[in-house]
Amino acid sequence: MAKSAAVKKNEVVETQIPDLDRVIHEKTRLAMISALAVNPTLTFNELKAVLKTTDGNVSVHARKLEDAGYLSCKKSFAGRVPRTEYTLTASGRRALEKYLNHMEALIKAVKQ
Amino acid sequence: MSEAPLPMREHALDNIRFIRDAMERAGSFTSIPGWGGVGVGVTAIAATIIAQQFLGKSLRMWLATWLAEAIVAAAIGFGTMTVKARRSEEPFMSGAAKRFFISYFAPLVAGAVVTLALVRVEAYAAIPSVWLLLYGAAFVSSGAFSIRVIPVMGVAFMLFGGLAALVPLNASNIILGIAFGGLHIIFGFIIARSYGG
Repeated sequence: MAKSAAVKKNEVVETQIPDLDRVIHEKTRLAMISALAVNPTLTFNELKAVLKTTDGNVSVHARKLEDAGYLSCKKSFAGRVPRTEYTLTASGRRALEKYLNHMEALIKAVKQ
Repeated sequence: MSEAPLPMREHALDNIRFIRDAMERAGSFTSIPGWGGVGVGVTAIAATIIAQQFLGKSLRMWLATWLAEAIVAAAIGFGTMTVKARRSEEPFMSGAAKRFFISYFAPLVAGAVVTLALVRVEAYAAIPSVWLLLYGAAFVSSGAFSIRVIPVMGVAFMLFGGLAALVPLNASNIILGIAFGGLHIIFGFIIARSYGG
């Protein structure tokens, strides 16, 4: 299958910026981190609604961000319904800031 | 890095736009009903015409007309907001929605209490100005958690509120009609066309 233009562009950026954070460079994870940066917590369903994606996608990408230490996850019950809440960790916030700085540096570099 | 090619710059800009959009989506309550606003505007114009008949005859009936309009407007607003939220799968109890509703209702509760105090001292002439100023304040404050046009609408209501403070009741009733009717219709159309209904 031919690679999409967006995927090719991503690969170009990744090869040209060696210290780019691969964990949050992926679009779904970047959207998750961004959404959590403006909310103290988001539940699994709220994240799913914001990202307009599937349960499976939210689970997989949230797990990757948790493994990297960027998200913390709290499971509880609201009555009998399971409830999963995600919070951005300090390390996740720093990673987003660093990623934004990278992007700004790229833009400035081309302007000069 | 100083030799970064143009596509990389575009990619970086795309990513920053993507982050901003995700933050706006997650931090905003966007189910503001444009067509509901138009409906509220139409009923407000009808209320203005009815209320105008009571001026000089019965100020209590004038007030009752506007309170009835507030109930009708709330029903239209709530109904159309529910439909829009359901259609866009936006939860009413999300953090952004809660922040929106708290900021929206605080000035309205203040408005209700001040209205009661003004009725008790029979200072009816001040009521239109208070309503418009606090209704506008509700949109200015809640607009921080919603679509960008909401605070602009709030400021427009507050300007009419300032104007209403300077004129007698028979003129400020017309200003109520222009603001509650006209502004709702104008901003309702803008919201409906630009923000999905």
